[in-house]
Amino acid sequence: MLEIKNLHVKLEDEDKQILKGVDLTVGAGQVHAIMGPNGSGKSTLSYVLAGRGGYEVTAGSATLEGADILAMEAEERAAAGLFLAFQYPVEIPGVGNMTFLRTALNGQRKARGEDEISAGDFLKLIRAKAKTLQIDAEMLKRPVNVGFSGGEKKRNEILQMAMLEPKMCILDETDSGLDVDAMKLVSEGVNALRDEGRAFLVITHYQRLLDHIKPDVVHIMADGRIVKTGGPELALEVENNGYADILAEVV
Amino acid sequence: MAVPHAKLDLTEARLSGMARPQGAAWANEARLLAEARVRSAGLPTRRDEYWKFTDPASLTQVDAPRAATFDALDEAPLFDGIDRLKVVFVDGVFDADASDDLTMEGVEIERLSAALSKDIHWARDIYGVLETRGQDPVKRPLAAMNTAFATDGLAIRATGKVTRPISLIYLHGSESSDAILHHVVKVEEGAELTVLENGPAAARFNKCMEIAVADGGAFHHVRAQGRDHERRAITHMFSQIGAGATYKSFTLTANGTLTRNENIMEIIGDNAVAHVAGAAMGDAKHNAFHHDDTVFITHDALACESRQVFKKVLRNGARGVFQGKILVKAGAQKTDGYQISQALLLDDDASFQAKPELEIYADDVICSHGSTTGAIDDEALFYLRSRGVPEGPATDLLVLAFLAEAIDEIEDERLRADILGRLESWLVRRRNG
Ligand SMILES: Nc1ncnc2c1ncn2[C@@H]1O[C@H](COP(=O)(O)OP(=O)(O)OP(=O)(O)O)[C@@H](O)[C@H]1O
Ligand SMILES: [Mg+2]
Repeated sequence: MLEIKNLHVKLEDEDKQILKGVDLTVGAGQVHAIMGPNGSGKSTLSYVLAGRGGYEVTAGSATLEGADILAMEAEERAAAGLFLAFQYPVEIPGVGNMTFLRTALNGQRKARGEDEISAGDFLKLIRAKAKTLQIDAEMLKRPVNVGFSGGEKKRNEILQMAMLEPKMCILDETDSGLDVDAMKLVSEGVNALRDEGRAFLVITHYQRLLDHIKPDVVHIMADGRIVKTGGPELALEVENNGYADILAEVV
Repeated sequence: MAVPHAKLDLTEARLSGMARPQGAAWANEARLLAEARVRSAGLPTRRDEYWKFTDPASLTQVDAPRAATFDALDEAPLFDGIDRLKVVFVDGVFDADASDDLTMEGVEIERLSAALSKDIHWARDIYGVLETRGQDPVKRPLAAMNTAFATDGLAIRATGKVTRPISLIYLHGSESSDAILHHVVKVEEGAELTVLENGPAAARFNKCMEIAVADGGAFHHVRAQGRDHERRAITHMFSQIGAGATYKSFTLTANGTLTRNENIMEIIGDNAVAHVAGAAMGDAKHNAFHHDDTVFITHDALACESRQVFKKVLRNGARGVFQGKILVKAGAQKTDGYQISQALLLDDDASFQAKPELEIYADDVICSHGSTTGAIDDEALFYLRSRGVPEGPATDLLVLAFLAEAIDEIEDERLRADILGRLESWLVRRRNG
């Protein structure tokens, strides 16, 4: 599904290398987790994959189902099936959540040569999805993320994911800021989407989320590289002992 | 203070070819006095403080600069779906054939020339009277010139709750037309009236509207200027607002070489509400775009609320100006005054100049004003794009979000939807064209 090879990324305006050769392959139907110390480059990797400006790819490649996503505009990557749940979802005053989601969904459909969804069908769909995530109708009417609590913003990200039905879902610390119940809701939302045609890359600091969303593979990222890859037991090791041992072992 | 020579020459040159229309004695006198006001102040030049940001030369030169006519053949006329009474002016001349019958329940509508010919007429207390009050403390000679020489217009008196809006439709037929229109409006106690205005009007357009809203009355005004590119327009709205009365004016502007809209409000009765808002979009890629909103609100009564909300979206060298003043007189306690002027610059060539002013002589008031100039929020743009909204439509969404506070000032839902729909289609057209 997603294949990242030797990815090197620096800041566009600064001589600062952030990703220093990331190699990562996520197969269809799989869930991979990335853990790693603060500042190791996890969010940068997710932003670069999603097409945010301000970065320069100096070497390496990233493909989604064989297509070179780094050559695409952000919206083309979305239409190709890539989705990033932001670590810090953006507030957009004046743009209603509903308008936003419908424009997004139809934008993707149009890019794929599909018909637009009717207003009625859209309403039915979003109501159903919002209900399972316990997002009330009032929240849908409000401007995107404005006045949402931290947890509401994260749930809203998952709602968007559920509506857009992407193939490759990247979740950047979606668990941070969530209370125990919300974490369960969000995990159920993610698990409901798990199937053979879809893959997940879950960035997290905590084992707790991985109790709910069981990963097939766990990676440790440090200083712009994947330094260790293992099974779910790797996350437990981090939870119990921190990164010191793992990093020492690598160096 | 003596009028400088250059100004004097300019004023004489402009006035030389003009004739004051004749009517009843009181009207003739009002026009005569207005002409004297023009002469004593002199027509504006760039050197006047009040015209520092906008060059009035094309508004004061003898002949109107030519302006190509504009047919928006590709879109339905604005307000088309609204049940309204249509009054059509072509190059500033009333067109009876194209207009609806002027009778409607709860309102009297007359042509200005008819009103100003009658010895006894309510318009006597308003025509040139509110304009004169608006000359202090800042001179507005182009408005006085309008009072002196206006050739057409309407006198509208609402006596009840008028259910259908009066829709003034301005058509532009001649490339050299130079129109001077003057409307007088009286909203009697407890009466309600909505006036709509749209259309390109003329190559050069000087329009004045004087509105007296009596106690408990309500006046709503929704106007659209555009999409004619070469328009030069100076408009004035002078209003006097009574106790418990409502005055709300909204203007959407697109295109136009030069547009200056002045809105001068005087609140004279307690608990009155005055809102004035504007949304302007300018792209100077093919034609110059200069848009100036100049507002002056005087609070002279207790516990009144005023709001000024002005938003401009500018690109490719388009220029925006806002001059807004809130004057709170001594004794106008519990005044709630709000003023915001903001520009969204879509590139580095566009510019916005703002001069917000507060002058307050009462101690128990809440007044706030703010002015900002900014660009599109990159984070928001990326967020939208990352969800599959292409850059163009994503920018449009952010532009609409920026303008929303001004659009929301339109109280009537259908009118708001109509204006919003127009705005959306203009954005799409701009992107495709
Ligand atoms: N635009 C930027 N300007 C300056 N430094 C940046 C920028 N973007 C990222 N960095 C730096 O790059 C490094 C990696 O940041 P990144 O946000 O990817 O880390 P992270 O692994 O997601 O951390 P966390 O666990 O705290 O979320 C950090 O040192 C960060 O300060
Ligand atoms: Mg991060």
